[in-house]
Amino acid sequence: MIELTIDNKKIEVEEGTTILKAARKAGVEIPTLCHFELCDMGIENKPGGCRICVVEVEGRRNLAPSCMTEAQNGMVVHTHNIRVLNARTTVLKLIISDHPFDCLVCAKSGQCELQSLAIQFGIRSQPYEGEQSRYRKDTSPSIIREVDKCIMCRRCEMMCNEVQTVGALAAVNRGFMSVVAPAFEMNLEDSPCTYCGQCVSVCPTGALTEVDHTNDIIRALSDPAKTVVVQTAPAVRAALGEEFGLPPGTLVTGKMVSALRELGFDYIFDTDFSADLTIMEEGTELLQRLQRHLEGDPEVRLPILTSCCPGWVSFFEHNFPDLLDVPSTAKSPQQMFGAIAKSYFAEKIGVNRKDMIVVSIMPCLAKKYECQRDEFKVDGNPDVDYSISTRELAAFIKQANIDFLNLPEGNFDDPLGESSGAGVIFGNTGGVIEAACRTAYELYTGKRLEKVDFHALRGMEGIRSATVDFDGLPLHIGIAHGLGNARKLLNDVRAGKSQYHAIEIMACPGGCIGGGGQPYHHGDSEILSKRIAAIYTEDERKVIRKSHENPSIIRLYDEYLGKPGSHKAHHLLHTEYFPKSNEVTFNLM
Amino acid sequence: MDRSILEGDPHSILEAMAICGYCIGATKGLIYIRAEYPLAIRRLKIAIAQAREYGLLGEHIFGTGFSFDITLKYGAGAFVCGEETALIHSMEGKRGEPSNKPPFPAQSGYMGKPTNVNNVETLANIPVIILKGAEWFSSIGTERSKGTKVFALAGKINNVGLIEVPMGITLREIIYEIGGGIKNGKKFKAVQTGGPSGGCLTEKHLDTPIDYESLTAAGSMMGSGGMIVLDEDDCMVSVAKFYLGFIVEESCGKCAPCRIGNKRLHETLGRITAGKGMQEDIEKLRNLGSVIKDTSLCGLGQTSPNPVLSTLDNFMDEYLEHVHDKKCRSGQCRDLLYYVISENDCIGCMACKRVCPTHAISGEKKEAHVINQGICIKCGACMEKCQFDAISLMN
Repeated sequence: MIELTIDNKKIEVEEGTTILKAARKAGVEIPTLCHFELCDMGIENKPGGCRICVVEVEGRRNLAPSCMTEAQNGMVVHTHNIRVLNARTTVLKLIISDHPFDCLVCAKSGQCELQSLAIQFGIRSQPYEGEQSRYRKDTSPSIIREVDKCIMCRRCEMMCNEVQTVGALAAVNRGFMSVVAPAFEMNLEDSPCTYCGQCVSVCPTGALTEVDHTNDIIRALSDPAKTVVVQTAPAVRAALGEEFGLPPGTLVTGKMVSALRELGFDYIFDTDFSADLTIMEEGTELLQRLQRHLEGDPEVRLPILTSCCPGWVSFFEHNFPDLLDVPSTAKSPQQMFGAIAKSYFAEKIGVNRKDMIVVSIMPCLAKKYECQRDEFKVDGNPDVDYSISTRELAAFIKQANIDFLNLPEGNFDDPLGESSGAGVIFGNTGGVIEAACRTAYELYTGKRLEKVDFHALRGMEGIRSATVDFDGLPLHIGIAHGLGNARKLLNDVRAGKSQYHAIEIMACPGGCIGGGGQPYHHGDSEILSKRIAAIYTEDERKVIRKSHENPSIIRLYDEYLGKPGSHKAHHLLHTEYFPKSNEVTFNLM
Repeated sequence: MDRSILEGDPHSILEAMAICGYCIGATKGLIYIRAEYPLAIRRLKIAIAQAREYGLLGEHIFGTGFSFDITLKYGAGAFVCGEETALIHSMEGKRGEPSNKPPFPAQSGYMGKPTNVNNVETLANIPVIILKGAEWFSSIGTERSKGTKVFALAGKINNVGLIEVPMGITLREIIYEIGGGIKNGKKFKAVQTGGPSGGCLTEKHLDTPIDYESLTAAGSMMGSGGMIVLDEDDCMVSVAKFYLGFIVEESCGKCAPCRIGNKRLHETLGRITAGKGMQEDIEKLRNLGSVIKDTSLCGLGQTSPNPVLSTLDNFMDEYLEHVHDKKCRSGQCRDLLYYVISENDCIGCMACKRVCPTHAISGEKKEAHVINQGICIKCGACMEKCQFDAISLMN
């Protein structure tokens, strides 16, 4: 332990602690801007670029960045004397001088960390007017880059490269024109971007935001000729309340349904339903592959990989095009829902698929891209028309003047609104594979599974492995969340070293509850843990905990699909993957 | 001058690096060199091949257990890549930008390995110190700055070129004895030392012994060893603007004060030299300059405001003249010059009046004309047209 003095407070900290963390321990809050941390996940960004967190260290010539200067024994630190405050304010004014003044119409207004600092510092004038760095606006299917607003905090770059190992974003240009962009400032769409949205979830300003489809939905809702169907993903209900001031981890399933009803959706269904359907298809595929593997079929490839996550699907299409036969062919719950809604359900209510609009509420930005993929269209008509994020839904509810907190608890409609607890836990890392185990165990062993909670599969570590006893058959399971962790498991698969039978992968840290479309967590990893806990609570509250026991699922197979893996099920619920290049392709003209 | 050493005596560097490797237990040496120095690269390659042939580099040097080899790494000439952490990142194939110290390269450097970074001039001193001994080396120079220093003498001076002088020599000796005095008998004004982020020394520093400490104390630095002599024709505000322009080009963009602050300094200096400066601009320059020094991430940003701060310290009168009198005494700031028509020489031919694009010239035929300074855009068309040398540029 070492002892130092911060603002006349003596404090003991462990060696290696930064001044910033030591100060926080002493109850002294030092403002930061580029620094970002999700401490439970070992994610930290501290390039030392913004210089907002500078402090005076006695005996040191210049000011020290507190986020990356280690505390030393006997150090005397001043965090708010005139020299420090003048430096901080001057640097903040400099950053603002190269930032557009369009807060009134900025998508990030109210959530912008630069704006918050300007308020905190009481900035009332702009003495450093001058040229502003200007860049081309870039719109992709999911993410908008308005990098005039980039402050070079490099958080997105850290997320994209170190956590996700996608490598789509990095600093380009020099000096005043420096900005974070894809190589050669090409469009995000032409880069290896997977649209996981983690860059958006950490961007402190409005430089990276989602493509907003709210207006398309308003247009559809106001068109009497359209039947508008909405599905809500599991992770949304565990986070939406945050946007209305509720504590993180508050479940708002019923209020969310009521809000959607007030907004005018014709049918309010649940993606949890199609998550159950995913388990039926993916679980069957797992068992079939496992059976063939155990029988010694050399052509079958194990492990089987989950395929619910569109960011993850893009990632392996880009980075592991040689392994396209390894993931399950099952579509994601969003797309299974769309396919069933525009066939089974549309036929049931006698609506032409062209007159039906399917909207999804997702914690995810990659879902926007996923629903635009060509293979999920019938004659150009997409199975899912629009996907909006949890944040967009919250903004929509506020825009419609709905008193969310005082809404009654509504119920999902039938038949695509009924779900099991297994469908709910799709929102958490480890949840998909746990849901699969609940069903696969019973199908494989023919016995009833009494203890449905597979605690060994839960947790926050980036890569987890567990062995589940299938009545004598040890099923080896791997779980990764965050694409960098996924890459490690995939490298083993490619090298033939993987010992797993099945691997679950989710692109975002924490799973969908930490998706790129969720309310901003501003680096508070406790928010993610609370959302995870809420999802498990929702699961526990359910009477039905296994996908194959969901009566609506049973009825769907009886009435329409036959059995899992049938020809019709394959046609509607399975997909194929396409190799994508990571090569830089850009037009010099 | 480092290039001259590499071109002229590459073996001194190879030898010094091998000695350094022997001392610290390194087996691998890397030379980071600009790809735009083809001659230095060619000669280094020849020297490395020769050294290997003689067994001075490679496995088991002189039959001992010590092995050491050197490879070249090419840079693209970014100024900031002279900063050791940026240099290492560039060598690793990453963006050439610095990172916080600690960790110092000696703790975690190239590819995360402990790395000793030295510049060419330092290394070039090593073989001769080993040969002649430390006492001999210490006998040259001052108490705290030992040995010699190479300066690149340039500017308004009769003898330009590289000079190697003992530490502690005075500016007067360098300028008037070695440099042969100011060109064309003009008056000495200042000397800019230390490269683009150095500062200006003035007449009052002429007899100060030059070493690391005295230069820093005077608001400049040893830096790259650049020494540019300025005379009475140089405008100190323009000089500061020139260097800031270079810094703006060469800032890596990683930290906010250097990336944006230097741009704002440069813009402010631009306003002052264009005659649009205000008193508050001077305060702004001083505050911004000191904050950039105080908060920047690396040595480039921590020294980049030196040209502004040292000219503010030593030539405030010139700044005030630019700001308040809209006057540049050396006539370097074109926007502060104005055209006048001599009443005596003008014959009233009206040629200037016809050519003036803004109709700023008035006057009747055969009468002396007058330029309205408020309308004149200083294009110079009138002066070019006048056949009687009646129009001149004033400051």
